[in-house]
Amino acid sequence: MEKFTVLDGLVAPLDRANVDTDQIIPKQFLKSIKRSGFGVNLFDAWRYMDHGEPGMDHSRRPLNPDFVLNQARFRGATILLARKNFGCGSSREHASWALLDYGIRCVIAPSFADIFYNNCFKNGLLPVVLPEADVDRLFYECASFPGFRLIVNLEQQSVSTKDGGQTMRFEVDGFRKYCMLNGLDEIGLTLRHADKIRAFEASRREQFPWLFR
Amino acid sequence: MGQTLYDKLWNSHLVHQDEDGTALLYIDRHLVHEVTSPQAFEGLRLAGRKPWRTGSVVATADHNTPTTGWEQGIDGIRDAVSRLQVETLDANIRAYGAKAYFPFLDKRQGIVHVIGPEQGATLPGMTVVCGDSHTSTHGAFACLAFGIGTSEVEHVLATQCLVARKMKNMRVTVEGPLARGVTAKDVALALIGRIGTAGGSGHAIEYAGSTIRALSMEGRMTICNMTIEAGARCGMVAVDDSTVAYLKGRPFAPGGGEWDQALAYWRMLRSDPDASFDGEVALDARAIKPQVTWGTSPEMVVPVDDEVPDPDREKDPTRREDMERALAYMGLRPRTRITDIRLDKVFIGSCTNSRIEDLRAAAAVVRGKRVAPSVRLAMVVPGSGLVKAQAEKEGLDRVFRDAGFEWREPGCSMCLAMNADRLEPGERCAATSNRNFEGRQGDGGRTHLVSPAMAAAAAVSGHFVDVRNWR
Repeated sequence: MEKFTVLDGLVAPLDRANVDTDQIIPKQFLKSIKRSGFGVNLFDAWRYMDHGEPGMDHSRRPLNPDFVLNQARFRGATILLARKNFGCGSSREHASWALLDYGIRCVIAPSFADIFYNNCFKNGLLPVVLPEADVDRLFYECASFPGFRLIVNLEQQSVSTKDGGQTMRFEVDGFRKYCMLNGLDEIGLTLRHADKIRAFEASRREQFPWLFR
Repeated sequence: MGQTLYDKLWNSHLVHQDEDGTALLYIDRHLVHEVTSPQAFEGLRLAGRKPWRTGSVVATADHNTPTTGWEQGIDGIRDAVSRLQVETLDANIRAYGAKAYFPFLDKRQGIVHVIGPEQGATLPGMTVVCGDSHTSTHGAFACLAFGIGTSEVEHVLATQCLVARKMKNMRVTVEGPLARGVTAKDVALALIGRIGTAGGSGHAIEYAGSTIRALSMEGRMTICNMTIEAGARCGMVAVDDSTVAYLKGRPFAPGGGEWDQALAYWRMLRSDPDASFDGEVALDARAIKPQVTWGTSPEMVVPVDDEVPDPDREKDPTRREDMERALAYMGLRPRTRITDIRLDKVFIGSCTNSRIEDLRAAAAVVRGKRVAPSVRLAMVVPGSGLVKAQAEKEGLDRVFRDAGFEWREPGCSMCLAMNADRLEPGERCAATSNRNFEGRQGDGGRTHLVSPAMAAAAAVSGHFVDVRNWR
């Protein structure tokens, strides 16, 4: 997993509540057996005017000029500003992979769906929860100021405007923060407890033998 | 103070807990399907790791599999990308092994959340995970069951554990008898209508009350299945006689002396009377009518005798915009009566509503009637090969076929349209599945979520009807 420390990034606003993972990456692209290459199909149904299928030359497809990520001023955005319950629906981790592959490193929203939130941390994509009023203001500023950027500092758990005028703090679980700051492999960390897992398993096998038949 | 069912399940699987609350949870059952597992197996291989306990793995191919043309074998999967995914699961299970594998074409193959309980591979007191959000289904058996992402699939394969933090407890109590024609699906939709699609975020939900106790295991599975649409990763129901009766004699249920030993343990899997919950929701079953979704989120739902809401009456501007966008996508005008909405297709199936009881309920409505000529396609997709066989034994397939329904092979099918079953742009469908998201059943497709009986009645009538008045 790629480390996440400080991100100074252009912000793109996606002004919809309850954006589900079917929108983030439609099902026809889940047929891949790889982790990469999903970025070109991020928000496929909103982003393109035609129906997308795997194997197409996506660079030749007609873009929807109204969709926010297609607007020139948001090209190269690495921070996505979103509304409540972002990432609801299916557990597909392809949603996190698609956002990352597109270039998004951080999503800011008033709330996230639980499974999506979890998946983000496994891949170095930082989900930041800010109060609704702050998110409202960021949407306003993003619309008002072309080139609007934010600085996201994971160590300090802060989101700041470029001029330093505003700094907002966010909460993040200590273990997840540690893994993300250091780009750590969670499986490796868990396997440090291998003896404990084996002991737990042995006692469970004795107590509930039918679970191990 | 007493413990909730969730507290008990959590505590009994705790391998390790750090001071900050980060825990390692032991996983008893790992359900695997073809869409969310290839990258996990690949990750294992790249890191040179071996699965910890393949005896915990039960696998099947369900998302991509076709519902017609099984006589052609694997070539029946026309889409080469889908076929590769199914073959990749075959290869991974061959390489690593599993407790049980029900591959494409096996007579026990089916939707992973149907076959787990059906095989007795889902048992009370277990932790059950799967790379699929509808894993919440298995909570009907007093399991701690929840969906995980692919990195977590790999983590469970490699360590038999998950890194987790304890959620909050929420209890949803439903009391009273359900009216004729009102089902578990309607209870689930009514709940989501009440608390919203994020209403259960961060919580484990326990369903309680006389209505829940009176439900069959199939009904409880439907409600637990829809828990994720209320934002909670897991839903659960305490063990009672129905749970025990369902499991007795299933292939992977404990046998002999172990059955009694298991039973003694299972009977303890309920919340203590003095347990406290962080959130409580109460529903009056008598007030629940058949539900129909009108929008692009399961919370956009009304009773069948109501009308499509009017955004002009919504004060909150964000909500109003969401409603307007949903109505535009759905091609609906505000204040249209739900019973005036006409359907192009009807889909009876999915991990929510494809079990034998669902098919019986739909067949009872359809018996002796015909699908309306205006309905282009009405299809029944049984949840598993065994559900299909049982339905055929009862003659339900004839009831459906005689009425003009297509009787298909098992799988996820048009719930998410990863195989060839899908809506065309603009087509409107009454579906017994779980998500009415934009494009879920096919690009531009319009989904209305309903119960099996409501879907069957809509197929016959060509539009929604109140199944409480069905003759």
